[in-house]
This record gives sequence, structure tokens and C-alpha cells, in this order.
Amino acid sequence: MIAASSPRWREPLGRALMLGLAALVAALVALPVVALVLRVPPGTLLAQLGNPSVQEALRLSLTTSVAAALVSVVIGLPMAHLLATRAFPGKRVLEILMDLPMVIPPTVAGFALLMAFGRAGLLGGTLTAFGISLPFTTAGVVLAQVFMAVPFFVGAARAGFSAVDPRYLDAAATLRAGEMHTFWRVRLPLALPSLVAGLGMAWARALGEFGATITFAGNLAGVTRTVPLDVYLLLHEDLEAAATLSLLLIVMAAVLLAGMRQAGLGLFAPPRAPRFAPPRAG
Amino acid sequence: MLRASLRHALGEFRLECELEAAPGSTLVLVGESGSGKTTVLRLLAGLLRPDAGRIECDGATWCDTGTRQWWSPQRRAVGYLSQDYALFPHLSVLDNVGFGLVASGHGRRTSRGMAAAMLERLGLTALAERRPSQLSGGQQQRVALARALVLEPALLLLDEPLSALDLETRHAVRTELRRTLRELPCVTVFVTHAPMEAMLFGDRIAVLERGRVAQTGDAPALLRRPRTRYVATLLGLNLLPGRVRHRGPGDEVALETPRGLVTLLAAEAGEELFLVVSPDQVTLSREPPSASARNVFPGVVEEILPEPPHGERVRVVLGPAPSFVAEVTAQASHAMGLTAGQRVYASFKATSVAAYA
Amino acid sequence: MPLTPQRAHLQFGVVLLAGALLPALPLAGQQVLSVFAAASLTEAFNDLGRAFERAHPGVTVRLNYSGSQVLATQLEQGARADVLATADQRWMQYARDRRLLAGDAATFARNRLVVVIPRANPGYVEKLQDLTRPGLKLVLAGAQVPAGGYSRESLRRLNGAPGFPAAFDRQVLANLVSEEENVRAVVAKVRLREADAGIAYATDVGARDRDALTILEIPDPYNPIAEYPIAVVAGGHRELAGAFIALVLGPEGQALLATRGFLPPAPRR
Repeated sequence: MIAASSPRWREPLGRALMLGLAALVAALVALPVVALVLRVPPGTLLAQLGNPSVQEALRLSLTTSVAAALVSVVIGLPMAHLLATRAFPGKRVLEILMDLPMVIPPTVAGFALLMAFGRAGLLGGTLTAFGISLPFTTAGVVLAQVFMAVPFFVGAARAGFSAVDPRYLDAAATLRAGEMHTFWRVRLPLALPSLVAGLGMAWARALGEFGATITFAGNLAGVTRTVPLDVYLLLHEDLEAAATLSLLLIVMAAVLLAGMRQAGLGLFAPPRAPRFAPPRAG
Repeated sequence: MLRASLRHALGEFRLECELEAAPGSTLVLVGESGSGKTTVLRLLAGLLRPDAGRIECDGATWCDTGTRQWWSPQRRAVGYLSQDYALFPHLSVLDNVGFGLVASGHGRRTSRGMAAAMLERLGLTALAERRPSQLSGGQQQRVALARALVLEPALLLLDEPLSALDLETRHAVRTELRRTLRELPCVTVFVTHAPMEAMLFGDRIAVLERGRVAQTGDAPALLRRPRTRYVATLLGLNLLPGRVRHRGPGDEVALETPRGLVTLLAAEAGEELFLVVSPDQVTLSREPPSASARNVFPGVVEEILPEPPHGERVRVVLGPAPSFVAEVTAQASHAMGLTAGQRVYASFKATSVAAYA
Repeated sequence: MPLTPQRAHLQFGVVLLAGALLPALPLAGQQVLSVFAAASLTEAFNDLGRAFERAHPGVTVRLNYSGSQVLATQLEQGARADVLATADQRWMQYARDRRLLAGDAATFARNRLVVVIPRANPGYVEKLQDLTRPGLKLVLAGAQVPAGGYSRESLRRLNGAPGFPAAFDRQVLANLVSEEENVRAVVAKVRLREADAGIAYATDVGARDRDALTILEIPDPYNPIAEYPIAVVAGGHRELAGAFIALVLGPEGQALLATRGFLPPAPRR
């Protein structure tokens, strides 16, 4: 018998520490939400839902964030596929680029968007020539949201594509399927849970987007004032209303996350037998 | 007709082999894991490009590194079953079988019709709407076979098609698979690590040893004359190199082997001979046998291995190296009270030894 | 690193929290005077802060600029400060009503509103009446921001003035494309040429902006002159805060404010 080399108290102490820290982080996230709930007087949630200006902000938030999520999927899919399947020079740079919006402060992102797509921005002249104006428009809100949300979709989709067992791809190749056919009929359906998760993340990010929106698209009721912007305004006018609207946003996001999880897990059961071992030589 | 000459390096591992097989026949590649069997299949399928080589099949050149000819897997008339069949989990059995037809440009309706006909041919119609996760291992194998065969390949590649199955179903599936393969007009290349399967399926057998073909031939030829100790071991035979000590009257020859002197009857000429003893011809005893007509090797029991499927017979491995194997009934082993480390005597008749140059 | 959708909420939570915590971090061996000032005071108070530090060795002035409404809310939520200077009486009153002040407020400066236009003048704005032209992109500070309130007040005063339509303010506000959170953001949007016109304080057009911006004056009777009150915040360094306010009201402070374009407070009747 080999005696345990560490003192007997180490195990339980380590476990207690882990539990304690886990509890701490749970509290860190839960406490503000609870505080918000306590701040909302009962009944105001429904009353706020009846408020036309709140409805306007809600409607705007829903339409822009859904649009942004869908745009993210359409433009994000090819990029995710590219990053998951190809090796090429400059791939590292592209990967970092795709992660950048996740770490840029949203206000900076909004400013950068102005520099690029604003009237006096890099592409401003071109856009104006086509009669397109993005700042101060709902389309501008969607653009800001896409900028912030698309990395979440690309990241999740890429992971999903990479995780597809290469044996299925080999099988598809020997069954005469070209790259596109394999993409639509094998890779995409097999990565679907990840794609759905990515879509949900992108949508949630777009829904909560504030900094880039207010900087790039401005702040006008019915046009660019989404729920987060409305909350920010209300913060200086009516704290109860601000809390109520915040709670509404949190509930929406929570429902979304829960639904996504459910959908992602339930899309189809993983194959039971045979089990897929890593390919071996021989 | 399949003719392939392949050279390929994967890190330290080097593969170099020539293969040939006639339409309607099955070529079995047998070898231990790591011998390069799967690599050969992937090269033939076009999933891997050889460093150098040439593949000709059905009158077409699929690959020739000399002329830079290269056909992708999609272009080759190939059917490929990987070890675990890789049925698409999101598609029904019918759509799995129809996948290749749709991919090669057939309409959805035509594909479904052809797929259904193939399922019927293999007796799988009842499973058409099931998902792969709802199938047994044997059913999955047959569906994968249907999926490949519906494209009428000129070359069918099977990578350990029975290894994913449990022992009970393996026997039935094996019989079924043999019947199916016998009727196929195409070349079949069948990869296995089990000599038993090689014997059963192979019209010709190529033994792969560390990336090279150690020996090619049909089953009787291989059993009679294993060329290397590896082939012999693989086939479960005892192989010993020997040097002629003297030749007696008739064909009687005395050979000096690493395990001792052996007397046998051999017509072969030459000073250096291989001798082969089938383990089931070997008798074990705890005392030196009295019958003088027998060759006797003393040894120490190293291992006692039950033989599949039911362990009614056991293989007794005797040391020291080179090891010598006897196959006896479990009952006999038990009666003798055989255990590892015990001294025993292995004996066999001169007539049960084959020798060749 | 997945970010949660609650991120946006966290953001202004963090803003509030940072406002509350930053001034509370003491520098070793140093006294810290924390001043909350309206965004339009940025350059002037940077000057004043430096002047104060020169006169009081060992004291560090920490300045926090934001819209007056943000400052008042931060104080209400428990942020610690010694001095509060706002851009209108409303938010100072708001702070007084919530017993956040330690004394009376004194007016230390006044400011005029001007219309700012990009030098390139993409909206062809030559006179105030041009602000009603349909399709013009106008940005204002939000209605709850002092500058935003003054801007709307000014437009209202112009209703029916000689040469102006009766519903001048409504016609102008129809061109509003964004309500910015503070007056500096208004100037920024105009400077970036994203907006055709905006209304800001005369002092918001700094030296660096002069090349990029054109200014359209709003005549006196229609210009609601903004008054800047300053007060000691309850619970802070009272003496140090009093000294700072004395500097602002004194000749040195007044001279600094004048160089930044502020008008002196109206003479007391």
C-alpha cells in the first residue's frame, strides 16, 4: 500500500474551496437579477407591456435582432465552413479578425462602424451613390448588431463543422458526393445542434446590443431606440420603468437560452451503435 | 481487373505493395493492426494520394503519379465500407442507400426507387424508414453494403466489416456476407486481422507485414507453405527454420532446429528448410513420451489461451523462444493440470511435419 | 468567451458602479477631491483642476464628466463625490431635493446655445430657417439632458418669431434623427459629418473643432442662456470642496472659464 502523499485535510479543503467559488460566481450573476426583480413593483410588468413607447422599443428590438441573427447565419455559414475545413495562408489572421468584435468595446465598435459605413466613412461615398444611408436608420441598428453578433455564430458553427466525424465525409466522398452536396446533406445536418446554438447566441447578443447601436445608429424612438437604449434613457427618468424593462429583456434572453438548449439537445439522438473510434492506420 | 502498385509514407511508416485481383473475386488483405491495411483501402478509394504509384481498375486508370493522373473518390467506381459503416445518423435507411444516387445526379424519385429495390434485394425492406441508431450492428452492415452496391461499383472495399459486431451475431452475418460477395461481379478487397476470415473470404490472400506484402496465395497454399514466421503465426501455425543434419533411407531427414532435432519425411532438396507443424497435431504430456516414432520438444508453459468461440479448445504456448504452440482440448488441459511455468513435453509424429525450401 | 445577452445591462451597471467606486480609491499619502461636472465643462474644469492642484500640493482632483442627469443619478445611487457642477438648475434641484448637497448652490457661469454645422455643410444650412428643410439630419441631446432641454426651449421660442413659422419647433423636430446622451456626442456626430446640424453650447466648439465646424448664432431673446450651478456634496471633504468652489467663483477661475467661452454669471440683483 502506498500512503497518501498529501495531508488528509487537503482533499476536503480543496473541495470546499471549489464549492465556495462556484457559489460565489452563481451569486455574482444571480444577485443583480434578483435585485432587479425586487425593484419591479408587482403588476408593472404587464402595465409596461401596455405602454406604447415600450411596445415600440420591443417591436424594434425583436425585428432588428431577429434580422441580425438571420443575416449572421447567412454570412457566417460560409466563413465557418471555410475555417473548419480549409488550411490556407492568413487563416490565423482571419480567425483573430472573426473573434475581434467579441473583445472590442461596443462603443469603439460603433465608432469604427461610423468610420467605415458612415456618411463620411470609407464606404460612405459609395453607399450614398447607391442611395444607402446607414447611420440613424433601422438598417444601421441591424448592421451594428450583426457586427457584434456574427462572431458568436461563426464560432459555434465552426466548432460544429469541425466536430463532424471525418468518416461520414469519407463515406460521402466515396458515394459520389461533391463538396457542396456533402456540405448541405452531411456537414450541415450533422452540425445542426451547434448551428442552432450559434443562432441563439447571436440573437441574444443582438438583442442586448447597446454601445455599438447608440454610437453608430443613434437613438430615436421607433427608428433606432431598441429596448436596451430605452432602458438607458429610463434610468434617468423612471427607475421603476427601467427596472421593469430590464427584467423583460432578461426574461426574454433566459427563455431563449433555455429553449435553445432544449432544441440543440433534442434535434436528433447521437448514433447509439456503432461507436466511432478515431481512425487508425492498418 | 484491379492492378495497383502503391508507395506511401505516413511518418515513420512506409507502405509499398503491389496488388492484383480479378473481377468477381475477393482479395483479402490480412495483417495485424498497424500493418497498413486501412491505408491501402484509403489509397484505392482515393481518400489518400499515394506518394508514388498507379491504380488501374475496370479498364480505367484512376491514379498514376507518373502521368499525374488523379481521379477523386467521387469519380472512381468504388464502394467503401469503413469499419463502423458510417451510416449517416440523420437519414433513414432508405435515404442512406439513396444518398449516392442523389449525389451522382439521379432524381429524388428515381433514387428512392432504386434504393428500395436494393433494400429488397438484401432483404432490408422492413428497415427502410428506420434511423441507423435503431439498427443492430449486423443490420447496419447490410445497409452500408446496400448503400455502396446500389452505385454498382467496379471495386468494393471492406474494412474489417465484421469487427464491429459482437461474437454472437458475427457468425450469422459472416455467412450472409459471404453469400452476398460471391454473387458480386466486381472486385472485392476485404481487409481483416483475423486469419479465419481471410481463409473464409479470400479467393486470394495477401499477408501484409509492416507495409509490405509478405506473401500472396490462396488459403491452402498459405497454410501449406507460410513463408515467414509472421505468416505462420498469423495463420496459427508453428514455423521453425531448420538445417539438414543427415538424410536417411527413403525421405527421412533429420533437421537441426532452434528447439531441437526433428525427424521428418521430406522430398525437398537443399540444406536449409522451413518446417511447419500445425498445433492440433501436437500432443502434450508431463513425462517424456515413450513412443520413439515421435519428435519431442521439452518446454515451459507460458500461456494458456482459450480458443474462440467457446473455449472448448485451448492453445498452449511453450517457451523459451522461439515459442511453440500446441492446441489441445480444454478437458485434456484440465486433466493434466496445466499451469503457467510448468515443464511439459510436446510431441508430434514425423508425418505431421511439412517441410519446404 | 461567450458573452451573455445581459451584457448591455451590465454595461450601464458597470458605468454606475465605476462612477461610485473610482473616486473612492485613495492614492497613497494624497488627498483626493472628487468633482462631478457636466460634460460641457470638460476642458474648463480640466484647467481648473490643474490650477487647484498647483495651489494645493498633496491634493489630487479627480474629475468625472457626464450628462448632468447621469451625475445626479450616480450620486443618488451612492456614488461618492465632493463637488457637483451641473449644466442646469433642474438637476441641481434634483440633487438638493434628495438631500445630496451640503449647502446652497452658486451659479458660476452661463453658456449660450449655438447651431453647429459641418464645414462641408452637406445639408446646405445657411440660416436657422433651413433647419426645417425636410430630409435634413438633425441631432440634439436627449430631452432629459440639460442641453437637450435648452435646445427644445430655444426652438419653441422661435415659433412665430419674425421670419419663422408658427410651428417652427415641430417642423425642426421632424428632422430629428437621434437623441444623444450628452451634448458632446451631438458635436461629435456633426463633426463626423453624419449629421447635417446639431445644437450645442458655444463652449462645446473647441479650438480643434473650429476648422471642422461652422457656427450659426441663435439671437439672444430666443437663446435660453444655460446657467451652471456648483455645490458642495454632502458627506465629502467639505473644506477642500469649499476651496475648489471659491477658486471657480474667484477671479482666476472666472478668467479660465472666460477663455473657454463661458459667460460670467448674471450680476446679482
